[in-house]
Amino acid sequence: MELILSTLINGLSLGGIYAMIALGYTMVYGIAKMLNFAHGDVIMVGGYVIYVFMAMNNPLLAILMAVIFCIILGVVIEKVAYKPLRGASPLAVLITAIGVSYLLQSLAQIVFGSANKMVTVYEFGDIKLFGVTVQISALVTLAVTVVVMIALTLFVKYTRLGRAMIAVSEDKGAAQLMGINVNGIITVTFAIGSALAALAGLFYLLKAPSISSTLGAMPGIKAFTAAVIGGIGSIPGAMLGGILLGMVECIAYKITAIAPYTDAIEFSILIIILLVRPTGFLGKKRREKV
Amino acid sequence: MRMGKFKLNHYINYIVIGALTLSLTAVTLAGGRFDSSLLFLLEKIAISIVLAVSLSLVVGFLGELSLGHAGFMCVGAYLGGKVAALLVPALGNGPLTFLISLVVGGAVAAVCGIIIGIPALRLRGDYLAIVTLAFGEIVKSLFQNTSDETFGGALGLETPRYDKKYLFIFAFVIVLITLAAVQNFIRSKHGRAVTAIRDNEIAARATGINVTKYKLLTFTLSATFAGIAGVLYSFSNYTVQSAKFGYNYSIEILVMVVLGGMGSINGSIIAATLITFLNTKLATILTGDLAVLQNLLYAVILIIIVIYNNAPALKNFREKYNLQNLLRKLLRHKHDPDHVKDDEAKWDVVPTKIEMNEILSIDLTPQDKKGNTGNGGDK
Amino acid sequence: MSDYILETKDLGISFGGLKAAQDVNIRIRKNQIYGLIGPNGAGKTTVFNLLTGVYKPTAGTFYLDGEELKGLPQDKINHKGIARTFQNIRLFNNMTVVRNVMVGLHDRPEFKCSVAASLFRLPRHFKVEKAMREKAKELLRIFDLEGERNNLAHNLPYGKQRKLEIARALATEPKLLLLDEPAAGMNPHETEDLVKTIRFIRDHFDMTILLIEHDMKFVAGLCDEITVLNFGTVLAQGDTKTALSDPEVIKAYIGG
Repeated sequence: MELILSTLINGLSLGGIYAMIALGYTMVYGIAKMLNFAHGDVIMVGGYVIYVFMAMNNPLLAILMAVIFCIILGVVIEKVAYKPLRGASPLAVLITAIGVSYLLQSLAQIVFGSANKMVTVYEFGDIKLFGVTVQISALVTLAVTVVVMIALTLFVKYTRLGRAMIAVSEDKGAAQLMGINVNGIITVTFAIGSALAALAGLFYLLKAPSISSTLGAMPGIKAFTAAVIGGIGSIPGAMLGGILLGMVECIAYKITAIAPYTDAIEFSILIIILLVRPTGFLGKKRREKV
Repeated sequence: MRMGKFKLNHYINYIVIGALTLSLTAVTLAGGRFDSSLLFLLEKIAISIVLAVSLSLVVGFLGELSLGHAGFMCVGAYLGGKVAALLVPALGNGPLTFLISLVVGGAVAAVCGIIIGIPALRLRGDYLAIVTLAFGEIVKSLFQNTSDETFGGALGLETPRYDKKYLFIFAFVIVLITLAAVQNFIRSKHGRAVTAIRDNEIAARATGINVTKYKLLTFTLSATFAGIAGVLYSFSNYTVQSAKFGYNYSIEILVMVVLGGMGSINGSIIAATLITFLNTKLATILTGDLAVLQNLLYAVILIIIVIYNNAPALKNFREKYNLQNLLRKLLRHKHDPDHVKDDEAKWDVVPTKIEMNEILSIDLTPQDKKGNTGNGGDK
Repeated sequence: MSDYILETKDLGISFGGLKAAQDVNIRIRKNQIYGLIGPNGAGKTTVFNLLTGVYKPTAGTFYLDGEELKGLPQDKINHKGIARTFQNIRLFNNMTVVRNVMVGLHDRPEFKCSVAASLFRLPRHFKVEKAMREKAKELLRIFDLEGERNNLAHNLPYGKQRKLEIARALATEPKLLLLDEPAAGMNPHETEDLVKTIRFIRDHFDMTILLIEHDMKFVAGLCDEITVLNFGTVLAQGDTKTALSDPEVIKAYIGG
């Protein structure tokens, strides 16, 4: 029972992180129609910014700086690498995104070295919950994710900017004709996604206080899996997919026989979902016009 | 039967690689000795060429992104290496063992190619890229967790020590075979069907092309040669560790294909040679944390090349400063329409919807003020 | 043999609740030039997509020369004898003109050549390649495109792209040719040329043609019979002049 409960909470909290990253993927995919491969690496950059500013021993400042830095980074990446390719083939955009991902990783390694850096943002400690010891940071992660998710849903539904985003995701050309600044909307989307990535970086550091240049690579790919499972373009879908994937990962880790194959299991789920239901659980079907 | 005009540029790569191989073989047979690090480099270059040329089949000609090419290689390396280890006691460490290992490694990789080709039938673009990436990671993870007796687990599989003196010759023979297979495929009606699918899948279907068959075939052919490259790798390195065949390796192969110009076999060959050579040379110069400068370089090259070749805004600039045109001018080579080949080097610029619209907008407004009057009345 | 080359029976499809086409009954005799007209969004292209297997019909069925083709995949339907062009031209843009047509010849029985024969460069491969190229050139000559054969398809002027698309469709040796707005975007001179071309195709290839067009004069001048669609259903049908003067049709077009 205790094992189940602790796995559940860990799964939820890991799922929260995945959901947070998946949101960035899903929004960018929905609006710019591209897989931003470098998104996972923005998480890593966020982590390093926190590491740098923690030298001043002020967690809030560090988090704030990470968010700001990541927003700037996200927007710069969009302007420099992706914007010139708008209208070019998806393959070209995808390869460029991979290049950016590689670039960020190698830059980080050059600046910070290949060895892991240790940084403790804040000691939350543990709490007893129904007789189970739970890391408070896991609960914080979960809570923040839920709040962000609700805020984002409300933002998209009820603000002018949010509705403009929906319009752009539905039909770029028509949105432009309606006077929506499509380029502006795409920039905003990248900014929001990058801010969320910075938060995800923070949550990773809360979970395990160590950072390296490849911190974001695997979570990035897995979070994309989560976004696909939930349905690309859907905010609640990202949450659902993230939590599902987080649970699967935590449960698999707990079962000794399959623990080493956790990654393989997660990727197999991805392949199966893509084959059986490429639109995910909450995604919309698109058909190509003939 | 007339076989058509002999086209030098169709065969130049065989000639160059063949001549190189022959001369090196002659030197070896005459008792000449090469530095073992040079031999190792030559083997590595051969492996890279096989990988790049086979990946270019999927990326350059079918127009799909595969991020799991190293996964196929991994399967080939393990299976080929294992078969060789089992055969050596019976057949000895000779060409026969080598050949059987190659066939087995290639065949198992081919089966994986069919398996990964199935998603390719339903998925395109980003999603398919992710599936191939997932495939590569799954393969890596599976071999990593094998027991020590089967495939050596995380420590890796020890493979038989093949006579290094001749390995590079076999390696280059395999390069030639790969080239022949891939080029013969592309320069046939079947390759034409594949390029048609790349250019416009909907039109290809409507024109009667069996898209399923050709996608599976392309993935399988590509995977087979990646598997064969894997077997070569296992012979060249004496040890196979699954960790080597991750996503990063797949990207490195992709960089070769992109750098060489998608859809250009010769470009892939040159890029594979160059990058492998640089990798080895840079590894001795850039040690420790500096080693990563090399990745940085690749990343920057990748981004610049793709943007330069594909950005719609640079279209005019590209046409003005097209490398081929410049070379033509330089060599005062007269433009001969018979030399326009669409099976090579014509795909640096990927077709886009925008271009389509541009084409459509050209003649949308008739020159005459009146629309279409009088044209139907020619009864 | 059937009386009709194409016969559709209550053909229809619905996407979710939306009936994009329903109860479409069209009968086309051999050698007819048949028009499918109607306002925007009337479901004309949807009918084309049903006939070529892009969509699977959710109601009814259709026969080509007496053979039921409903449910077959697109390439099989093409092999059975329906070829088409597209409203927004779909060529193999980065391939040469001659190769575009050769793709159309790909599955004709006389050009059969196994993958192995190509990989190992057996004599069959060379024979087929040469024969295909000759055949393609012959087709291009008919459409006055032979001089362009080594240019890339996307470098052709618009009118020639339309022609090339038709040549590629004919290369598959269809019994029925579907043309989706062949005159769209053409100037009067090109349109006039197109009318001649379409008649020529019918006579020279002994072809039956079903075409979608907006231009009334074009349709009136060219088509033997027409079907008028509106909101996915048949509004009027029959001899071109009679159908066009149907008050319902005039109402649908002019509104009111």
